[in-house]
Amino acid sequence: MALGLSVIFGVVRVVNFAHGEMMTVAMYAATALFAAFRLDPFLAVLPVAATFFLLGYALQAGIINPFITRPEHSQFMLLVAVAIILVNALLIVFGPDARNVQVDYQLESYELGKLLIDKARVFAAALAVVAALLLFSFFRFTLTGKAIRACADNYLGARVVGLNVKHLYALTFGLGSACVAVAGCALVLLVDVTPGLGPYYTLLAFVIVIVGGLGSMGGALLGGVLIGVSEAVAGLFIAPSAKSMFSFGLLILVLLLRPQGLLGKKA
Amino acid sequence: MIRAQIGLAALFLLLIIFPLFAGAYALSVATLILYFAYTGQAWNVMMGFAGQLSLGHSLYVGVGAYAAGAIFFHYGIGPWAGLWVAILLCVALGMAIGFLAFRFGISGVYFALLTIAFAEFTRIGFDHLDWVGGPGGMFLRVAQRDTWDIANFRGPPLMYYYVILALVSFAFVLCHFLLKSKAGYYWQAIRENEEAAQALGINTFRWKVYAVALSSAMTAVAGVFFAFYYNNLFPEQIFNISRSIEIILGPIIGGLGTLFGPILGAAVLTLLSEGITELIAALGWEIPGVKQVFYGVVLLAVVMFLPHGIWPALARRLKLNA
Repeated sequence: MALGLSVIFGVVRVVNFAHGEMMTVAMYAATALFAAFRLDPFLAVLPVAATFFLLGYALQAGIINPFITRPEHSQFMLLVAVAIILVNALLIVFGPDARNVQVDYQLESYELGKLLIDKARVFAAALAVVAALLLFSFFRFTLTGKAIRACADNYLGARVVGLNVKHLYALTFGLGSACVAVAGCALVLLVDVTPGLGPYYTLLAFVIVIVGGLGSMGGALLGGVLIGVSEAVAGLFIAPSAKSMFSFGLLILVLLLRPQGLLGKKA
Repeated sequence: MIRAQIGLAALFLLLIIFPLFAGAYALSVATLILYFAYTGQAWNVMMGFAGQLSLGHSLYVGVGAYAAGAIFFHYGIGPWAGLWVAILLCVALGMAIGFLAFRFGISGVYFALLTIAFAEFTRIGFDHLDWVGGPGGMFLRVAQRDTWDIANFRGPPLMYYYVILALVSFAFVLCHFLLKSKAGYYWQAIRENEEAAQALGINTFRWKVYAVALSSAMTAVAGVFFAFYYNNLFPEQIFNISRSIEIILGPIIGGLGTLFGPILGAAVLTLLSEGITELIAALGWEIPGVKQVFYGVVLLAVVMFLPHGIWPALARRLKLNA
């Protein structure tokens, strides 16, 4: 999920403040599919991600593209407005109650020596790795991926060599949204979903991405692991409720000492 | 220019006599508008004048509110003393954040995220601070609401209305003179082009820290007002990022860097939100969330079609150049 944010920022240079909200929408989509067709959330990934790709494309092409040249606060406001609409549309459609998905393997776990690991968590992690690998190879090996990276490196240069920058931006936003959808489907098995979940995950994604380095995909993965581990350790030794203080402390440290993030390139 | 001054004087007079014919509900809405107008003006000093985007202004509201509130709660010392503690604390915080950020050359999105990080950090910290009640909140004793106890800042809603009106007027006059002063020109130069400003010999680092300090001091006062107006403080609410967003919506919608923008924006947004509530109640569509969807759509429309805010467009229409 942080991967999606990193992709979007890295290329389009718009900070997506509706990220967590978009993920919440994906989570609801997964629960709805499960309720209607008993579709396993890990299979629901495909249709949901495809839909999100289209939605993300439309969002960027229709609403965000005119804002590319506007100042940051203007883009920020735009996405805040989108986020407000998303959260409350969910509230209208699904109501304020928490929802979840129950599958039979949810309570099962693997035993690794003395460690017990939930099956659902293992699947979620595997899914994240697969998504990351796919995305990575897309950017590395395909022509479109190269073109997108060219836009990120030099907006003007990309236009000069005849790339359709707006189309590529929209494509990128679509890809980022698809990542969010994948994350949302995986997360449905781990936490209950409520409309108000969005802002927390938006902030979390920001912390992860910045610690790792905005615009760097490897950094987003590293940041995710780092934050996850540090929160778990902090939760173990100090009060569990104080654990996110460590994430934000880490964020402040990283911003001050290495604002481009651990693996980020100099801006 | 004359027309603008007459208009301003008329508006001010109207606001002074407003409580004479307003009911309790209208008065509370007006107080809310003025509160957001004031915090918006404070934020505008930093973003609108000096161009430094802060998304963590709830930090100063919260610290200010908690400082004055805790002093009153634990020692019974009224807000007139607590106010100074609140201001000093917030200025120290703001200058520390500004000093760290600007020393390391952090700007733009990164600076905005840093301010969020500090606000969130403080929020979770206050959740674990038992001295101020932790997540359970802190409640100030509600005194009888019919006498004006100015020393302890307890009184009827009318008193709070006049206090916040005075604050807005003060901030307005302050900003008016600031914009015309050396500091104002320095800030605007930094906003427009920081490198050029530096080349002209402006110590951009120092002036940016000053802008943060002034903005946080003004916001601290708003925090004290908040504490004594609402009487209850929860870290979860007061430091929440949506509080920071509420503060900045007004000036952005109204017009960034203008004098009237924050006031107009606060009025438009608050009236819009209250109006939608009324409208939905009248139509009988009382589903949770409908109101906020409307609000979001209007926000989206304003950002898309009036990128510089409402005030500049309105001022052109009215042929005012204030």
